[in-house]
Amino acid sequence: MSDVTYGPSMERTRPDPAPDGEPEGADQGSTGGEGSFAARFRNLGLWLAPVLIAGLAVGLYAYVQSLDLANANRQQRSALSWDDKLQPQLVEHLQIAAWSTLIVILVAVPLGVALTRPRLRRASPYIIAVANSGQALPAYGLLVIFLSIMGQGKWTVIWALALFALLPVLRNTMVGLDGVDRSVIEAARGMGMTKAGTLMKIEMPLAVPVIVAGVRTAMILNIGMATLAFLIGGGGLGITINSGLKLNQEPVLIVGAWLVAIVALSFDWVGAVAEKYLHPRGL
Amino acid sequence: MSSEAKIHLDRVGKTYPGTSVPAVEELTLDVHEGEILVLVGPSGCGKSTTLRLINRMIEPSSGRILLDGEDVTRANPDKLRRRIGYVIQQIGLFPHHTIAENIATVPKMLGWKKADIAARVEELLTTVGLDPEQYRDRYPKELSGGQAQRVGVARALGADPDIMLMDEPFGAIDPITRDRLQNEFLRLQSQLHKTIVFVTHDIDEAIKMGDRIAILGERSVIRQVDTPERILAYPVDDFVDDFIGTGSTIKGLNFLKVSSLAPTDYPTMTVQDTPEEGVRRLRDNGADWLVLLDGQRRPIRWLHHQHLTEGTAPLEERGEEIGDQLNADDTLFHALEQMVQSASGCSVVVDGSGAFQSCVEMPALSSAIRRAQREAQLHYEELEAMQA
Repeated sequence: MSDVTYGPSMERTRPDPAPDGEPEGADQGSTGGEGSFAARFRNLGLWLAPVLIAGLAVGLYAYVQSLDLANANRQQRSALSWDDKLQPQLVEHLQIAAWSTLIVILVAVPLGVALTRPRLRRASPYIIAVANSGQALPAYGLLVIFLSIMGQGKWTVIWALALFALLPVLRNTMVGLDGVDRSVIEAARGMGMTKAGTLMKIEMPLAVPVIVAGVRTAMILNIGMATLAFLIGGGGLGITINSGLKLNQEPVLIVGAWLVAIVALSFDWVGAVAEKYLHPRGL
Repeated sequence: MSSEAKIHLDRVGKTYPGTSVPAVEELTLDVHEGEILVLVGPSGCGKSTTLRLINRMIEPSSGRILLDGEDVTRANPDKLRRRIGYVIQQIGLFPHHTIAENIATVPKMLGWKKADIAARVEELLTTVGLDPEQYRDRYPKELSGGQAQRVGVARALGADPDIMLMDEPFGAIDPITRDRLQNEFLRLQSQLHKTIVFVTHDIDEAIKMGDRIAILGERSVIRQVDTPERILAYPVDDFVDDFIGTGSTIKGLNFLKVSSLAPTDYPTMTVQDTPEEGVRRLRDNGADWLVLLDGQRRPIRWLHHQHLTEGTAPLEERGEEIGDQLNADDTLFHALEQMVQSASGCSVVVDGSGAFQSCVEMPALSSAIRRAQREAQLHYEELEAMQA
């Protein structure tokens, strides 16, 4: 009869209305993401990177072979010795990057969580300011400050880099958590999920993509900055690059820089893979 | 009274720190078992705050909340909320959980067995009209607004709570889907008999959904709480009158049934009768129109005096169409609608077999309305007398 109906008595006596007939097509629309061109292209990028990295490694190997090290000068021979120099430096470099990134995660993520809780939110501008200054300071200056506090060595570098790379992870953790739809949290709490449960089961998983992006940035920063470790006796591939410069041995410089590039690209790829697989389904 | 009420709010108030004016002034309210109580009021009157005080999403600053007579004002709020279904306008489905996982949220927290949870999810999806096979493993982003709110309702029903709190659950949904969801929800409620507190700012939704309506003014002060029919028939003050708006009398017709009217003697004739017989009956009755009935006494045409005296066509081809007909359990609102469309200004009532019973005329409607208003007024006068 009418479009405007008011009374419960009338409505309740109506025969069961069919479930609302939203067109089925509308439901399928958004599921196509996986197979879409853009997604396929992204996946392609993910698998193309290792090929590129392998290509770089092969290229580097070929370049080193072409140097004919056995007959090269003593400086080159010594600086490019895999067992004595390159391999230990590479390991050191990775250690520095790995430890500093780990420390960043262990400090920045809980800190970010804490600063988005109502009780500590007021402190967040100050902490952000400290983290900001960590990144605003020139890395060299930061290293020197830490040198004066902690003395020479690998761990001085690790802590200095951790402070340097704190900001992206801290900021992304906070942005990620703040970006979680308030109504989702309201619903979780309203159903009786505890604060901790809501954080772990709802807020964190939904913030993960943003947090992982921050970690990826921090990791790349750390790998790059670890080349400065040699300045305060922290080792790393920076030594080889520095030798190349100081001794005016171009091949040494090239090999060192090339290795750092391969390491950085590899880890960026690991970060990209992590971003893809840690991305919650359904988002 | 308080021992019978499913939810009893005892002078519950909320004053935010740093403000002197309370958001909710001492509110005393009973919600009875199995009823839908609608809290309705203008924006900013504190109706949502009031709702959220019940499951202590907002902690009351004074007063007590009793569920089944048990004081829960100091109970663990998380455990309390697991006993109370909660539906909000924004729905708030967990986007990274499947529909099934969303619905399983509370049962999981309560430590149900896996098989029980799976069975419950199936049951609830079916209950809200979504095919489990098709929807169980989907993610919320794949749902339309209407479907998402169905899942929202299913999730709130997860652990079969006695009490549901619904904060403008259909507010963000297009009017057609909203109407459908409201109807479905009422049908569901007629099977489930939950105790529901329902917040809306839409008086029409309140009238439609509510067994009782509480009209709230500033600071959540109750201006009137009663059944929709009584509020429509007798708004206690100007605030309520303004709020229910124009047309409240007509809306009130929704609560009156055709069967409540006294049968009237309306002139009829059958196809076998002669036009002269019809004219005589019109004259006897002092009416202008009569109803032409077929052999089974089913109404077929409206015939005016003129139709009977002029023309030679068979009776069933003269006059005006009858149009839709009423049944005894149709509402008077329905009757009014038929009336304004019918040629004679009356609407025809038939029995189950389609045979003519009587006609509803305007005076019958106005007297029915006035009777309802008088009864409501009497009710309030009695209440006042009792209090005095």
